[in-house]
Amino acid sequence: MLAMNYRGPQRVRLDRNKPMPEILHPQDAIVRVTRSCICGSDLHLYNGNVPDTRVGETFGHEFIGVVEEIGSEVHKLKVGDQVIVPFNIACGQCTFCKQELYGNCHEANPMATAVGGIFGYSHIAGGYNGGQAEYVRVPYANVGPMVIPSGMHPDDAVMLTDVVPTGYQAAEMGGIQKGDTVVVFGAGPVGIMAAKCAWLFGAGRVIVFDQEEYRLDFVRKYAQCEAYNFRSIEDPVVFMKKTTDSLGADVCIDAVGAEAAGSKMQTITGRKLLLQAGSATALQWAINSVKKGGIVSVVGVYGPTGNLIPIGNALNKGVTIRGNQASVKRLLPRLIEHVQNGVLDPKALITHHFPLEEVSDAYRIFSDKLDNCIKPVLVPPSAKI
Amino acid sequence: MEDTKKDYSHIKGWGIDADPKNDPTYPMRKRSNDDHGGYNWERPTQQPINVEVLHSIERPNVTAVFGTSKPPHGLSGMMRRFAFTYGEGSFNHWLPLLMADRVDVVEGIIDDLKRGYIPNIFAERGGKAEWKYNRKGMFFKIAVGVAITTATVMLLRGKSDDED
Repeated sequence: MLAMNYRGPQRVRLDRNKPMPEILHPQDAIVRVTRSCICGSDLHLYNGNVPDTRVGETFGHEFIGVVEEIGSEVHKLKVGDQVIVPFNIACGQCTFCKQELYGNCHEANPMATAVGGIFGYSHIAGGYNGGQAEYVRVPYANVGPMVIPSGMHPDDAVMLTDVVPTGYQAAEMGGIQKGDTVVVFGAGPVGIMAAKCAWLFGAGRVIVFDQEEYRLDFVRKYAQCEAYNFRSIEDPVVFMKKTTDSLGADVCIDAVGAEAAGSKMQTITGRKLLLQAGSATALQWAINSVKKGGIVSVVGVYGPTGNLIPIGNALNKGVTIRGNQASVKRLLPRLIEHVQNGVLDPKALITHHFPLEEVSDAYRIFSDKLDNCIKPVLVPPSAKI
Repeated sequence: MEDTKKDYSHIKGWGIDADPKNDPTYPMRKRSNDDHGGYNWERPTQQPINVEVLHSIERPNVTAVFGTSKPPHGLSGMMRRFAFTYGEGSFNHWLPLLMADRVDVVEGIIDDLKRGYIPNIFAERGGKAEWKYNRKGMFFKIAVGVAITTATVMLLRGKSDDED
């Protein structure tokens, strides 16, 4: 089958002869992929910043598809079902899954206890092949996958595997109260969605920071919020304080993670020399911009080692920091309602559709933000939709 | 901090998920004390372990399911096995893994050549897209590469002349 194949930092190619996935566990399903996104967090892998990313792996944790085969214990899906597959792999039985912490399942990733199982996200997240391929093995098929509601556009469905739930949970973890000022660092797909969802929780003001003008233009219209280019501001934290009567924002959201720009020191130590687990500029700004007693919500992805952040300021300001991988299964029913009711329009974020065969160019365009790319989707030739 | 002065009617769905009682919110709100009993839940069926699986020493076993995409192999595999003798909080765990990743890249090229396949690194790096959308940036990268290579060669030549 065709599949994306990682060869090293900033090198990926199409593998035309990857062996077909097999049922390895009675709760497995084999899914024929119909849409697969490239995620901003895939770029951490692409750039070689995530330890234990092995040559030959297939990335891709945002995908939908058609069930082609099921294991002997699968009873909630049948062959032919079109399914949304959450990016987290969750057993549904461990103590964490029972608390709806589906992103923290303890029976899906032997390689690291701090991370749950994630499709196509290196061996640090379980060593699973991902969905940037024609077919993929989906473990615990009774738990995660959900049948796509009739009439839902496949581009909306694929955005419900990660981008929408992660953006929504970023706002949710912010504990937004009516009238709160919410600042979102990053106008990538997740940041855009977080800004949009902040209103659903009753935010009084939503402000987004990024450095790409085309993304700022997009988020201003899509999320009806204020948006600023931090390149044109000397100090984003001082700017924030000035624009919020000197107190800071009630809630700050880090929707960037390890690839953040904006601080030479963070970029050199985090992204170039790998002396820390990515560049923590957005998190640094979030902690410093939030009001005393405020909440910082972290959905930007960082590596496993450590980062330079002003933890002393977090202590002295009484900041609550919340973070987690999105619990996709928990959120899907509500988010499907929002899409069906027209409250959220996730497919509007998709700017590029590429045939799977053009995966190398798709990564380059997304990584370098070429051609005003916001969200790229890969379509395998066997997708048929 | 309710703001009653502003009108948000132009924002579809404003406030529909607001819930002042939902505080503290996820991930703490569904907390149970089931985990006080430790790792004692009824586990799913174990996936047969037919390939080498390195597991964190911070857990007692291999999880019920796991990925089989690329079992450890060669020199990079030896480095990964060493890394997994340390806990997840240790640089002795992560730094060898990062180094193993780089060794794996060289092993990947050697494997390609052994199979008679010459990797097209220009295409793998998305050169076609860069040529189409970012030609200036591409020339800049090439110029930097040439400058670094030239400087390195000159430095090495200089050293070799000094030794003569």
